[in-house]
Amino acid sequence: MTEAPSAVRGARPVQESPLSHESPARPSSTSGGTPRISVAVDDTRQVRALNVKAAVDNLNFYYGTHRALKNLTIPIADKQVTALIGPSGCGKSTFLRCFNRMHDLQPNTRYEGSITLHPDNLNLVGPGVDPIEVRMRIGMVFQKPNPFPKSIFENVAYGLRLRGIRNRATLAEEVEKALRGAALWDEAKDRLQDSALALSGGQMQRLCIARALATTPEILLFDEPTSALDPIATAKIEELISTLRDQVTVLIVTHNMQQAARVSDYTAFMYLGELIEFDEAAKIFTNPSKKATEDYITGRYG
Amino acid sequence: MSASAATVTPEQLRSGLTRRKLLDQIFVVAGLAVMLGCLAILAVLFIDLVRDGAPRFGWDFLTNFASRRAEKAGILAAWVGTSLIMLVTAVCAVPVGVMAAIYLEEYAPKNWFTAVVEINVTNLAGVPSIVYGLLALGLLVHQLELGQSILAAGLTLALLILPIVIVATRESIRSVPNAIREAAYGLGATRWEVTKDHVLPYSTGGILTGMILGLSRAIGETAPIITIGALSFIAFLPDPPIKSEFPFVSFQWLHDPFTAMPIQMFNWVSRPDQAFQSNAAAAGAILLCMTLAMNGVAIFIRYRFRKKINW
Repeated sequence: MTEAPSAVRGARPVQESPLSHESPARPSSTSGGTPRISVAVDDTRQVRALNVKAAVDNLNFYYGTHRALKNLTIPIADKQVTALIGPSGCGKSTFLRCFNRMHDLQPNTRYEGSITLHPDNLNLVGPGVDPIEVRMRIGMVFQKPNPFPKSIFENVAYGLRLRGIRNRATLAEEVEKALRGAALWDEAKDRLQDSALALSGGQMQRLCIARALATTPEILLFDEPTSALDPIATAKIEELISTLRDQVTVLIVTHNMQQAARVSDYTAFMYLGELIEFDEAAKIFTNPSKKATEDYITGRYG
Repeated sequence: MSASAATVTPEQLRSGLTRRKLLDQIFVVAGLAVMLGCLAILAVLFIDLVRDGAPRFGWDFLTNFASRRAEKAGILAAWVGTSLIMLVTAVCAVPVGVMAAIYLEEYAPKNWFTAVVEINVTNLAGVPSIVYGLLALGLLVHQLELGQSILAAGLTLALLILPIVIVATRESIRSVPNAIREAAYGLGATRWEVTKDHVLPYSTGGILTGMILGLSRAIGETAPIITIGALSFIAFLPDPPIKSEFPFVSFQWLHDPFTAMPIQMFNWVSRPDQAFQSNAAAAGAILLCMTLAMNGVAIFIRYRFRKKINW
């Protein structure tokens, strides 16, 4: 448990476990058996008190006619790490990509429901909301490190350049800050003008994190960020993610249960496009309330 | 363990392996022979041209106009004409082809319309060049009244190589990994920003290669420019593009009549006088050198860009 009093836990006097879902044995009623989260997302005042950064409410997502996400309702705690776990094809990456509207790049995709970003109550998947604005506010780190074949400096500066920042001093300052934030500064400071492709896999992934951090995103999405890395590089990234929670809300998809247990504060278990269980990570991994969750985390399937 | 059909002794394994390796060797030898055969044909062709044309090589050959007397005839008008036509062709075909390819790859929605366009672009590459010549004669020379000019010839050849440029550019654009596009989109780039900052710079090598291959196809084309009416005997150069008085540049040359290397060759070959045959051979060798040099540049560019970017 971290020493610093977390915002979510600080709000606990109001409710016992604000982000845990209501009753495990709750009979399926309104939303077809999907567990409901007890956070009242429509009550803005309470949401602020709980420091929810984004509230997903009844989110459905369609590829053409195929419904890939089913009535997801889940709060994303501010400045905390929320992990999405589940077997392949359960929709966790699909869910993650709703947050920065990556699906809009594909034809025939459709969102229903809402993801409300606080504090300005912007519905990220709302029809009138510009996906480019969403992507400028919500950063993403992909499965395979994907640096641009440009210099290390230009990689980190790209997001800033898109915002029209041209001043060299400002760029240099922000790039340094981002590289420090991604724990890459010491290794990269003498070779900022070298090609990013000369870095090792782990360094490339940290560069991608720096690139996302440079524009101070409100939420940082990680899509299985360590699945292409060796154990040592993975450990560094995990450590980095743990430190990142001080400055940014993190949402991470992972195949690796140990990783979810190590880095996350909250964990959501998904299966076949549905949310099966959402709770504090400690609870999910020690005492899950659903049989399916228990089976998955103990390795019975997945 | 019961003896199944798949069970073999090590001896059997080894004999099978020897046979398979032999087949492997046979293919290597066959492939090498075919490749060397092709190279040999090209070499023989080139050596033959050089030998036949040997007496004509020299500065005079490049700086003289065509003449009735074989020993005084040169290819000045032809190589200047060819160079200017190539310039017009490149200036017209490359931007249009690259933009079309970008649209098809990065912007076009996948529907029946783009499917039809795509099939047509691929088919255009297979249209016989004489057909382009007829089209140009009707449309450019007569309808648009461009006349038998460098502009008309350049546009005709541009039309001819447009599909080549489009196909090569699309290939090149497609080789940029999607992960790179996602990275840029993920930072909030617009489609155009992704194209201009990433897709185009990373595919420049392939685009330039396609452009040069297209031009080296165009440089040897004879049929379409004969169709639109290239002159085979020209004793003057086009109007110079740079003038000594204001406004210093002139585009009058675009409207001047022209001849080109393959036309000049064709003209010489069709003469009965033996002396002109060696002129044709010499011009052929020079044209071949121009094409090979262009291909060499393409290979060099591709090499340079590949070295800089490997995914």
